[in-house]
Amino acid sequence: MTAIVNNPSVSLLSDDAHARSRLWQAMSTDRGGQVLLSLLLLLALAVPILHLVVPDSSALHISSYTVTLLGKYLCYGLLAIAVDLIWGYCGILSLGHAAFFSLGGYAMGMYLMRQIGTRGVYGDPLLPDFMVFLNYKELPWFWHGFDMFWFAMIMVVLAPGILAYLFGWLAFRSRVTGVYLSIITQALTYALMLAFFRNDMGFGGNNGFTDFKDLLGFALNKPTTRIGLFLCTVFILAVAYLACRYIVASRAGRVVTAIRDAESRTRFIGYRVESYKVWVFAFSAILAGLAGALYVPQVGIINPSEFAPINSIEVVIWVAVGGRGTLYGAVAGAVLVNYAKTYFTAALPEFWLYALGALFILATLFLPRGLVGLLDKEKVQA
Amino acid sequence: MSAVALLKNQMQRWSRRDAQGRSFGPDISHQTILYLEDITVSFDGFKALNALTLYINVGELRCIIGPNGAGKTTMMDVITGKTRPDSGSAWFGQTINLLEMNEPEIAQAGIGRKFQKPTVFEQHSVFENLELAMSGRKSVWPNLHARLSAQQRENIDRVLETIGLQGHRQRRAGALSHGQKQWLEIGMLLMQDPQLLLVDEPVAGMTPQETERTAELLTSLAGERSVVVVEHDMVFVRSIAKTVTVLHEGSVLAEGSMDEVQNNPKVKEVYLGE
Repeated sequence: MTAIVNNPSVSLLSDDAHARSRLWQAMSTDRGGQVLLSLLLLLALAVPILHLVVPDSSALHISSYTVTLLGKYLCYGLLAIAVDLIWGYCGILSLGHAAFFSLGGYAMGMYLMRQIGTRGVYGDPLLPDFMVFLNYKELPWFWHGFDMFWFAMIMVVLAPGILAYLFGWLAFRSRVTGVYLSIITQALTYALMLAFFRNDMGFGGNNGFTDFKDLLGFALNKPTTRIGLFLCTVFILAVAYLACRYIVASRAGRVVTAIRDAESRTRFIGYRVESYKVWVFAFSAILAGLAGALYVPQVGIINPSEFAPINSIEVVIWVAVGGRGTLYGAVAGAVLVNYAKTYFTAALPEFWLYALGALFILATLFLPRGLVGLLDKEKVQA
Repeated sequence: MSAVALLKNQMQRWSRRDAQGRSFGPDISHQTILYLEDITVSFDGFKALNALTLYINVGELRCIIGPNGAGKTTMMDVITGKTRPDSGSAWFGQTINLLEMNEPEIAQAGIGRKFQKPTVFEQHSVFENLELAMSGRKSVWPNLHARLSAQQRENIDRVLETIGLQGHRQRRAGALSHGQKQWLEIGMLLMQDPQLLLVDEPVAGMTPQETERTAELLTSLAGERSVVVVEHDMVFVRSIAKTVTVLHEGSVLAEGSMDEVQNNPKVKEVYLGE
């Protein structure tokens, strides 16, 4: 048996080339991913033309309302990918991803508030309106630096990333799993919601941030800015999809699914389960934070209700309806469920929550692999 | 723990690894690979292990038998870091204190374990199961970019051949038969390249031919590695064992060749039911 002596020679040379070919390989067998990226490309080409070039009078014109709505759906799609990565691949049912989404959103909101400057109601050059209203004499220390876009962007990544890392480190090291972990994540987002509701937290209390004027000097109410934000969302969603696909196609990704399927076995072959979990969790939280940061300038408001426990649960429903453990299914679920929500809350507002609940039950009972699983099955039968 | 002690501990952990992240393995200069001394484990007052003392020599194939509840599985749990004993000491070679390490560290130091109930990664292919078990770097970042070298591929192919699953390499492990899963798990153990193999009931649910092949494989592994087998199948134990240890109520009742053990009056009384 001397032959079975392994000599791990993990080549670190030309990692870039390896990475590209691995991603290429993974994408070439990923039909759903190809469809998703093609649709995103189509949106990136069609939406700007139909919004900016086609005149208002034309039936083909896309209104600014629709552009914003589409952008919002895609932000939700990104959030859903984040949840699918941690739930579908690592088996950790996070019911607190809205917290990371909101933290990213608040970081972006702080930048946008600092950009208002003297154009606020009180015209204070330094303090945002709500601080003047609440008799703040000076800017709280944690607001410094948010007048710089690059700093705000770093915070968009760091705030959710570090919180998730610390939370994960504590929870996973103590081997908290399953439903207990889900409950703690709910508690996390609930606690943050209560904290952000407080006026003296310095985040605008229950009103949150709104009345944004511009981003990097571009007025937010201009159609071109709107389209720019939409294109950014499309681009970041596509990159995030590819990054997640790369991760799940790597050996580390196989370790992650191994942890999902047989955690203690993975430990006994020498993997530090906690480090894998904590890194996937933190990465997933960062994606959620990016989604929040893209969401806020498009919808124009962020307030503590974004932290509400129900929001995190809704994300899980999108993923379950779309198809868990596929990544593209999560995006499909997020877009479709939110489209339904837009429709229902306009047409039959009192029925939306019942419809959502029914959707979840039906998806769990009849579509264990979600809507994309339905498509797959048909293909097999045909 | 003070900062200095933490640092020292971390230095020790690092120093057990070479540039590839592989452990140097145990110091076996005294020809003993495993020392278990006075290990006691109690669950709610029940002593699963009661001052158990056991030594395993380098290259030995040791069979451990004993009635249900004798502490066989608990012993394996202690060795692999799953259960912390209330008292006693457990050393891997001269220098590695198993009681200070967690499961992945112990696995990387060179102790492999096969479970009683075969546990393979059901959603992964047979090939991927072996790839995951392969010794080498186990941390997140290297595995994000890791690619199999030609030599690693060869190793996996060789193990596939050894365990007779060449024809199933791309098959989902969950679709294998019980016996094939047992073999796959043995294959994963081989990929781990451990110095000490702990094998819990390897032939449960195997056909006589499969059992025979398992016996051959375990015998061929011993010599270079040390193998500890827990088994109920007496015919199987007789066919492979040179030394047999009988556990009873958490401690060693008898030790010796199969014949000696079977003729031991105490063993007859508690185990063979005569």
